[in-house]
Amino acid sequence: MFRPAHDLHKRRFSRNLGLGLTLAAFVVLVFALTVVKVTRGDPMQGFDHTVQPAAVPVEGGA
Amino acid sequence: MSDTGAFHRTTLPSEDAGFGDYVQLLKPRVMSLVVFTALVGLLVAPASLHPVEAFAAILFIALGAGASGALNMWWDADIDAVMKRTAGRPVPSGRVEGGDALAIGLALSGISVVMLGLATNVMAAGLLAFTIFFYAVVYSVWLKRVTPQNIVIGGAAGAFPPMIGWVAATGSLSVEAVLMFALIFVWTPPHFWALALFMKEDYHKAGVPMLTVTHGRRATRAHVLGYTLALVPVAVGAALTTIGGPLTLAVAVGLNLWFVIGAIRIWQRDEAVAESDRYRVEKAFFRFSLVYLFLHFAAFLAEAALRPYGLGGW
Repeated sequence: MFRPAHDLHKRRFSRNLGLGLTLAAFVVLVFALTVVKVTRGDPMQGFDHTVQPAAVPVEGGA
Repeated sequence: MSDTGAFHRTTLPSEDAGFGDYVQLLKPRVMSLVVFTALVGLLVAPASLHPVEAFAAILFIALGAGASGALNMWWDADIDAVMKRTAGRPVPSGRVEGGDALAIGLALSGISVVMLGLATNVMAAGLLAFTIFFYAVVYSVWLKRVTPQNIVIGGAAGAFPPMIGWVAATGSLSVEAVLMFALIFVWTPPHFWALALFMKEDYHKAGVPMLTVTHGRRATRAHVLGYTLALVPVAVGAALTTIGGPLTLAVAVGLNLWFVIGAIRIWQRDEAVAESDRYRVEKAFFRFSLVYLFLHFAAFLAEAALRPYGLGGW
């Protein structure tokens, strides 16, 4: 049989639940911020595994 | 430091603290004022953020304010325990350990500053970092227990949020942001000294050098009047800038007239009379000071809201 929850456990549960929800909200916020920053198209360029003619120094150039 | 200085190293364990106790550590009532003024600073600025960025900016400004509140509670646990008004706070009452308050304050300071920088700009993050340092170190640690001008200096920390909101939106400072800062900065001394006039036992017991304790109550009454008069040009000046307009000017004139009349009544009051009617005038002045600040910032917001319809602003 289950024993009724002690007041200490109730408070501990409230603390864990609150922290869990706070962390979940933080993750959602960071994700939303990322989506906004990326879709608003701040100047950016992907460099991985691609040829970048603009980055190659021009021979004899200034 | 006072003889109760070792308090925070001997507080009770916090095994059974609830989540609400940790929320109380962040001074939610102060945070609500920070949220409101920062929101106004952000919304009246002549630049717009994406709603998600704006939400994040306000959240992390509020979190930074909460972090400085937690650091303040850690440091001031000894005097908070002595004062009736603050004895029930999580650290002095033993529900949260002093070390936990310090850890939460430091962690949230770092998170709020970095996240505000990522969500908006580096200047806003720098201002938030300075605000936390100013409240937790300059005010709480260095000056609160040393000088009767502690309230004046501490007022600067509470005055930064609208400026940070403005900078988060625009990326730069301006005269409007400085005047919003000045409005809260000059408003703080009369607000808190009115409180000190009718909460006299508290500060006296804690040994905090409030003006009422060091220079007497007559001098405090004169200071309330002096700062209230100094507030007039700041409030009217703000109403004449781009964030103001006819509505703000009317609100500023009306509120300042009422505030100055209240301050004159406080200045004229005899201590025996004040005690006999249980500081009725001082309490009314204190309550009105909250309305005063709220309505000023609400007026700035109203001007910005009316502007698209060709009604707000000059």
